[in-house]
Order: sequence, then C-alpha cells, then structure tokens
Amino acid sequence: MADPSTPLSVPRVQTASAAPIRPTRWLTFDRTVSLLLIAPSVLAIAIFVYGFIAFTGFASFTRWNSLVPDFTLVGFSNYQKLFDTTRFQIDLRNTVTFTILFLILCLFLGLVLAVLLDQRIRGEAIFRNIFLFPLAVSYIVTGVVWRWLLNPGSAQLGATGVNLLFDKIGLGFLKNGWYTDPSIGIKAVVLAATWQMSGYVMAMYLAGLRGIPEDLREAARVDGANEFQVYRHIVLPLLQPITLGAVIILGHMSLKIFDLVVSMTGSGPGFSSDVPAFYMFDTTFRGNNFAQGAGIAVILLVMVAVLIVPYLIYSMRTEAET
Amino acid sequence: MSAQLQTQRPALVRQWPRLVIYLFLVLLAVLYLMPIYVLLITGMKSFAEVNLYKMWDLPATFSLDSFAKAWFGSEAEGFRGLSGNFFNSVQLAVPATLLSALLGSMNGYVLSKWRFRGSNTLFMLILFGMFIPYQSILIPLVQVLKQIGLYGSIPGLIFVHVVYGIPITTLIFRNYYATVPTEMIEAAKIDGANILGIYRHIMFPISMPGFVVVMIWQFTSIWNDFLFGVIVTSRPEVQPITVALNNLAGSYIVEWNVQMAGALLAALPTMVIYMLLGQFFMRGLLAGSLKG
Repeated sequence: MADPSTPLSVPRVQTASAAPIRPTRWLTFDRTVSLLLIAPSVLAIAIFVYGFIAFTGFASFTRWNSLVPDFTLVGFSNYQKLFDTTRFQIDLRNTVTFTILFLILCLFLGLVLAVLLDQRIRGEAIFRNIFLFPLAVSYIVTGVVWRWLLNPGSAQLGATGVNLLFDKIGLGFLKNGWYTDPSIGIKAVVLAATWQMSGYVMAMYLAGLRGIPEDLREAARVDGANEFQVYRHIVLPLLQPITLGAVIILGHMSLKIFDLVVSMTGSGPGFSSDVPAFYMFDTTFRGNNFAQGAGIAVILLVMVAVLIVPYLIYSMRTEAET
Repeated sequence: MSAQLQTQRPALVRQWPRLVIYLFLVLLAVLYLMPIYVLLITGMKSFAEVNLYKMWDLPATFSLDSFAKAWFGSEAEGFRGLSGNFFNSVQLAVPATLLSALLGSMNGYVLSKWRFRGSNTLFMLILFGMFIPYQSILIPLVQVLKQIGLYGSIPGLIFVHVVYGIPITTLIFRNYYATVPTEMIEAAKIDGANILGIYRHIMFPISMPGFVVVMIWQFTSIWNDFLFGVIVTSRPEVQPITVALNNLAGSYIVEWNVQMAGALLAALPTMVIYMLLGQFFMRGLLAGSLKG
C-alpha cells in the first residue's frame, strides 16, 4: 500500500513568520549550511525523479525494443502501436472500471463507517482498528489471501472460498466465477482493494467529522432539523474537501495499481484483470520492449499528473493564503 | 440501551435505535475480519486437515506445520522457505527507514524554518515524487544501478527506498516542524545559536513524535513494497519477503495452506507494529490533514 497521505492541509501554519533572517549578506553561514543540508535530497530528486522521467520520455520515442539499446528516434510510433494494441485498450478500460468502482465503494463504505463510528460508540477504538487493520499489510499478502477467497472451486469438487460461504448462508445464487470469469476480471480485484483501502477513507472522514464543531449541528437541531437533515445539509457539505482529497489519493492509487494484480490474478483470462502498470512491467522486464514499456509509463505518468498537479498547486495556494 | 442515551450528542440516534448501529458495525467488522480469520485458521490446521472445500471450518487440532514449511521450505518438494527473505527484509527496512527519517528531518527543518525564495516551489517539486507511478523511472533506474554496481543487492534496494522516501518523510517532518513556534528559533538566534545548534538543541530533542510517525510509515511501506524488490533483485537469496511470497504463491507445487502461512509470516511485523503503535500509524496515514 505504498502510497500515502493527503497533503491537503500540507502546511496551513505560519508562512510569513519564517521569513529569512539577517538580510545583510545573502550567503550567511546559516544560509549556506541550510542549502547544504537539503542539497543531497534535492540532487537525488532532480536525478532520480525528474532526470529519470526525462530519460523514460526520451526512450519512449526510440526504437529500443530489444536488449540492445537502439536510440534511433521514431516519433510517436510506439504510442500509436500501443493504442492499436488490444491488450492496451483492454488495460485502459480496466483502469477506468477499476477506478470508478473502487472510488464508489471506498467512499461509500468509508463514509458509512465514519458516520457510524461518530455516534459515540462503545469500543470505538476496537472497531476503528479492525477497519484500519488491512492497511498495514502488503498488497501481496492481500492478493494471496483474496486469490483463495475468490477461488470459485470446481464443478466436481464443489464450491470453495466466498462461494462456499454463500452456499452456507443460503445466498448460493450469488456464487460466480470471480476473477476466472472474464466478464468479472478486474472487478474481483476491486473487492480486495476495497477491503484494504476503505479504512483509509474512513480515517479521513472520521478526522473530518471530529473537526466539525458540535455547535453547528446543535444550531441546526434547534432550528428543527432532524438528524438526517443535519447530516445532509450541515455535515456532508463540510466534508467535501475531504471527499476531494480522498478521490485524488485513491484515484491516483488505482491508476498505479500493480502489486495486487500481480499477486491475485495476473493478467487474467483474455487480459480481463490486466492493468497498464502490469503491462509495462511485463513488456519491459520480461519482453525487453523498453521503448514500448517507456511509452506505457509515460501515459501512466500523464494520467497521474493530470490528477495530482492541480491538487498540489491548490494545496500550496491554500497554504500561502493562510 | 436506549432512553437515556437518546438525549446524548450526535446523530441518527434519535431515529434509529442504537442497537441497529451496533449491529451494523459488528456485521461490518466480521466482514473485514473474514480474510484474517481464514489466514489464521488455515495456518493452524494440520496437513491432514487442510481442505479447500472446508476452508471456513475451525481446525480440530492445533498444528504449526504450515508455518514451519513456509518458513523453512521443503527440499523434497524443491521450494525455498521464507526465513532468509524475512531477514533480507529486516536488513533492508531497518537501515532504509533510519536513513530516510534522517534525511526527512533535515529537509523538513530547512523547508519549514529556513525558507528561502522558491523553497515552497522546491518543496512542491519534491512532493510530486511521491505520487509518480514508479514505472516511469524503472528503466533508467535499473541501468543506473547496474552502472554503479548496486543492482541486485540489498544495499541497492536500501538506496532506492531512501531516495524515493524523501518526499513523504520531508512532508511529514515539514508539517511537524511547522508547529514549533518560530519565536523559539528567533530567541535562540539572538542568543547566538546557528542553524546546527538550533537543530541540535531545540529541534532534535522535540522531534521524537515526528521520528516515530515517519519511521513507522517508512518501515511499513518498505516492508510491504513489491515493485522495487522485484525489479532490483532477481536472485532469490537477496529478495525481500514480499517478492519471495509472491513466488511461493505463484508456484504450483506449494500447498495453499503453506501459502497462507507464508502470507501471515510476511504480514506479521507490520501487523505487530500496527497493533502496538496504531496511533502513530494513523498519523502517518493522515500526514498533512492532521496538525502536529
């Protein structure tokens, strides 16, 4: 679950007060040392993030599709070929399906859990820990477990995993082939991903709910609003920035989803659970099609950047204003 | 429970009996715990008892055979246990965590208390690094690691995790240090302290909570990482546990109860940390949206 944290309110703390000190000479001892302290990190990020991205971008325009680097420029032909490839088209569709379902499920479950936990629950900490718990484990672990849970079993030997459970509780009609069924494919992965990440959304919403002053709700009640109206008209609108943050964080995670697919399903029948991140890994490091892999990587990066960059700038502005 | 509780603070309470709320919560909790339940009981069953079609039944006898096999492997069946990889992950995650916490602390200190023209833009450029899909840097990363002789080794992986951990550790420390009153810094300056003295005597001593949050976050992410592990290390002897577990689970000769036991072994350290230090884990998670 590598990915982290909302920089939503990144700073919000003093900007003005940290003004440069002793403006007499620009390069004071302190100033020099401060620059030296961040120099290694800045250099590392410059090379390993921006330099490498530039190189990947360059590689995507070359003919380097074998073990031997061939830097002959070929324009956009790698991209053209990619968009003509059935596998990549399926991958893009899977990404959209995954992102939409994953967002809806996580936001819905996260909000429900947070609102339920906000009702002065006895043992709140225990419940909260149970819902957050999956976040602590690796996608690989999640994938291994859910692969067995969603193993449909066989016709001869009967049902297993979740299907068996459905049988036991009289919901046998819900049984299906899960990831072995091409029409389900990536949607089965969504279930596992939701199990892992919905607690994160719950934590975000819960922090938001705790930040809403009780006076506001009380005032609405005095005005005759019932509890549903209080949530509908007071609480939910105030949680909007959190929803935005959650959509961006989860959205960019779902664009990058990789580990879970690898450990749970792989590409699946007819690439039904394949995703661009896995295709990139496959074609680059197993197929040695470096230029093609670089092309997929660039497309992934652009999709993530479209989501993240405006958000980063927005966060920074909000900080500067405060 | 009802009458006297209904006058209390929040919500839905007034329409819904509280019992329904608890019922919902318990039901959801059971759903969330289900995979863990299967993980645990499967690992504890003896080989004779393991049966995919009795997956949900409690074990009749208690046995740790699956764990033993996942840990030590089986020469007869020709697969490696996870023990070596477990220790690879320890050797990887501990130094990488410490190093990236140190870097994050330095960066956070400068970017919160020694700002300069463009330091916010610089911070944003650094921050972007934590959102990128790592696929977009893997190709040159492998080439460069090969060039500098770090490819395929644990030090190489440590290096990679430290570099790509810079954004998140910087973010957490910057936000943490931003809560330290600037007056304290100013006062120390008037007393003649320089940037290093202020760090040493003022910032560092109060940094413990920041370090705890960052170290838990980094340890968890590094321990759980798969992508860098699988790209940078190809020999099983140096692979971290997530990569080894994935290989184990992808192998047709390994029984599924052994896979489950292996999954539990791989999850154990972060699960223990989570149980002991869940509060701090939460804070890392919400880095930014929580102050201090």
